[in-house]
Amino acid sequence: MTTVEEPAGPAGPAAEERPIGFGRMKRKEDPRFVRGKGRYVDDVKLPGMLHGAVLRSPFAHARIVSIDTSAAEAHPKVKAVITGETLAGLGLAWMPTLSMDTQAVLATDKVRFQGQEVAFVVAEDHYAARDAIELIDVDYEPLDPVVDARRALDPAAPVIRDDLEGRTDNHIFDWEAGDRAATEEVFSRADVVVEQTMLYPRVHPAPLETCGAVASMDPVDGKLTLWTTTQAPHAHRTLYAMVAGLPEHKIRVISPDIGGGFGNKVGIYPGYVCAVVGSIVTGKPVKWVEDRSENLMSTSFARDYHMNGQIAATRDGRILGVRVKVLADHGAFNSTAQPTKYPAGFFHIFTGSYDIEAAHCEVTGVYTNKAPGGVAYACSFRVTEAVYLIERMVDCLAAELGADPADLRMRNLLQPEQFPYQNKTGWEYDSGDYPACLRKAMDLAGYEELRREQAEKRERGELMGIGLSFFTETVGAGPRKHMDILGLGMADGCELRVHPTGKAVVRLSVQTQGQGHETTFAQIVAEELGIPPEDIDVVHGDTDQTPFGLGTYGSRSTPVSGAAAALVARKVRDKARIIAGAMLEVSPDDLEWTKGRWSVKGDPAMTRTIQEIALAAHGALELPEGVEGHLEATTVYNPPNLTYPFGAYICVVDVDPGTGAVKVRRFIAVDDCGTRINPMIIEGQVHGGLADGVGMALMEFIGFDEDGNCLSGSFMDYLLPTALEVPAWELGHTVTPSPHHPIGAKGIGESATVGSPPAVVNAVLDAIGVRHADMPLTPGRVWQAMRHGQVEAPQ
Amino acid sequence: MRITVNVNGEDHTREVEARHLLVRFLRDDLELTGTHWGCDTSNCGTCVVLMDGEPVKSCTVLAAMAEGHETRTVEGLADGDRLDPVQQGFIEEHGLQCGFCTPGMMLSGRALLDRNPDPSEDEVREAISGQLCRCTGYLNIVKAIRWAAAHESAGREEAGSQA
Ligand code: FES
Ligand code: FES
Repeated sequence: MTTVEEPAGPAGPAAEERPIGFGRMKRKEDPRFVRGKGRYVDDVKLPGMLHGAVLRSPFAHARIVSIDTSAAEAHPKVKAVITGETLAGLGLAWMPTLSMDTQAVLATDKVRFQGQEVAFVVAEDHYAARDAIELIDVDYEPLDPVVDARRALDPAAPVIRDDLEGRTDNHIFDWEAGDRAATEEVFSRADVVVEQTMLYPRVHPAPLETCGAVASMDPVDGKLTLWTTTQAPHAHRTLYAMVAGLPEHKIRVISPDIGGGFGNKVGIYPGYVCAVVGSIVTGKPVKWVEDRSENLMSTSFARDYHMNGQIAATRDGRILGVRVKVLADHGAFNSTAQPTKYPAGFFHIFTGSYDIEAAHCEVTGVYTNKAPGGVAYACSFRVTEAVYLIERMVDCLAAELGADPADLRMRNLLQPEQFPYQNKTGWEYDSGDYPACLRKAMDLAGYEELRREQAEKRERGELMGIGLSFFTETVGAGPRKHMDILGLGMADGCELRVHPTGKAVVRLSVQTQGQGHETTFAQIVAEELGIPPEDIDVVHGDTDQTPFGLGTYGSRSTPVSGAAAALVARKVRDKARIIAGAMLEVSPDDLEWTKGRWSVKGDPAMTRTIQEIALAAHGALELPEGVEGHLEATTVYNPPNLTYPFGAYICVVDVDPGTGAVKVRRFIAVDDCGTRINPMIIEGQVHGGLADGVGMALMEFIGFDEDGNCLSGSFMDYLLPTALEVPAWELGHTVTPSPHHPIGAKGIGESATVGSPPAVVNAVLDAIGVRHADMPLTPGRVWQAMRHGQVEAPQ
Repeated sequence: MRITVNVNGEDHTREVEARHLLVRFLRDDLELTGTHWGCDTSNCGTCVVLMDGEPVKSCTVLAAMAEGHETRTVEGLADGDRLDPVQQGFIEEHGLQCGFCTPGMMLSGRALLDRNPDPSEDEVREAISGQLCRCTGYLNIVKAIRWAAAHESAGREEAGSQA
């Protein structure tokens, strides 16, 4: 970027080509972050602001007998104590979830998971609020909890959701996809069938900034301004309108800088609603920011899929079919964020990247006494679970057949000429050259050489493992005909205005949490209009300033909003053509576009730049009949299909035979995200996702004891990888543009999180010669697997 | 209690509770919100500041304990408009995404370079291993700090040859 200073040293940054459009470019947002001038929710400070704290349940399942708030109310600095009863009086004790269930804002009847919200205190300062929640006396009558999802449907299991009328069990949904009969048929003629049960354990997105909000209700004009950690500000505004009965135009949701999201900041949490109520009750702004334990124990977890997979193949390694049964643990309230018609997200992409004849899956969702959530953590709506399933099954099959896992994959991958490809559960993959991608990863890794090295090491008793995964993602939700959240179609708006001097502002419905939208969206507009990215301001994260749309998750920003940005720029370009025609006194049809200017065909001297056109559009120029002045446009993009990024990953590990400790020595990732906008940002997205994958495979796990106590409520127990646990990533790429996306981009945000865990697990299991062991592959669990050939699912 | 704390070269006197943490003192009382917090257990390192040049987790230091020491925060890294090479390195090498861990990472990088002007990749990883980043996968943070090292040493050589 031209706007950043030279460093103090005399050797300034290399004068680098500055792209007008796509290409490597420093981020426009960085200068404020490196100065500590990011503005996160907890940085918001308003005059007279009060502070809120949430009292949470110590029990996983208990009836609330009574709540005595008198001592808290007597605290000199306390301004309000809010309980479920207070909220019930306002009709706010329960709120709808993103999956059409209801969730308690503050518990009235029972608590249903440890850490559930029971009361909210508003006080003059943060410390006083925390002190006062300790003064609230709640009398609980403990009930038996349902902790293990596999017991949730036992007839004798306690009913968790007795608040729902007529509820006699813990069943949420049954869902299936694919063709059961055709799958049975291919299984009946298979030479080999391999079955494996596996758990994708409960993990947590754990962004380093926890969730929080500052609510400010203006008592005079009735307008609520809410600064909040949200990946979907517009969807939140609509939901607040629905939940609280506030008129939507009187709600402004501002999502300022967000310290990481990864899906954790998609839903609406009770604390946000309490901050709003706190502000209404006190007439003052109220800040509520959760601490780390609250974040890990009560906000959207991810995964928790108990899966049984079967894969059928011929003896010579041709995969015929796959079938899967899943038991999905959704916690105490079904609050997963996913398109309405897809209760198991996009799990049915479990056929992966392979040319198979038939597939079938059944998913059953259940309630347990654990925190609600489900879809979160960069998973592209359950694609993570699906990819893990198929990539583990392929390795299990390779072990059964004595085949090399790379050969087996290569043999079964879809071929380039099969695209667009209709998979066996109803998806249409847009484009891909899978074999070239896998070959590239193998070449980068030196695959054959690695296998030789491994064989030599084995002779010496050293445990080295090589793991592969080949994934197909499905992102960019989605076509509004099929995809909505709470009835809101998943299409996104975009507005572009070119100012008289040729500078521009583009307004987005999506919201960055670190993905660099301020840069990439400027680059998309720059590419289409030829205005330098530095001259384009990207506005986002404020519902009063941006058009409606469903926000950033499921890798949907570039596939959906990126398309909107390109198309709105093309609209502006079309209008500029008419104006240029008037300026040059020629028919617009006689003009041709080269980046940044319209020129008369065959007479390049007759030309007007976009900046000249912008000035004319605001000036005295006589415009053609029907053409309005100014240079701006709006659009709403409704994607015709999802996009299908893909990639081939290879992980190399060394396992300590004495301790079971795993060292990830190398990680090679070749991604194809279609057209690449800013390679620097793409690489960063991949790096982060790979670290997530290593974390999930080796360390991260939200566990519970039999009473439903969460055992992973802090960063001492919920381990994130540090710089010492991850290697220097080795990246490559191929480029297969999406044929239906205006610029051919497919999205990259979640590819690496989706694709990397099976590569790591496959590598560890390859090293120790065990067919399957569930994540997290901590030293203790690896050691057990080495000793016993297996290890129990973690609890 | 009344305390005087020196932050970024300036003395600040405030009345605080004895239990007031340095991280909150910096953020709430001095409005230096570049220092973040991300955990309750001294694990994340988003709160790292320099005390007498050494990285400390400011969530683990009472504000009162900062008396008599020189505290430096991210707001004190740049010299006016001139960014510290570590800050520039983070921009050049895409060492940040959401920016939440960034101030702490940069300060640890600064402290490392002050005692070891040419750290190896492993030494940089070790130096930031008490801090978490959820976005970058660390490689570009390592590169950013090494970018700063390379540019500072180029700067020193040039200064040397001019002298
Ligand atoms: S806030 Fe996490 S270490 Fe200080
Ligand atoms: S850049 Fe987001 S936590 Fe490091």
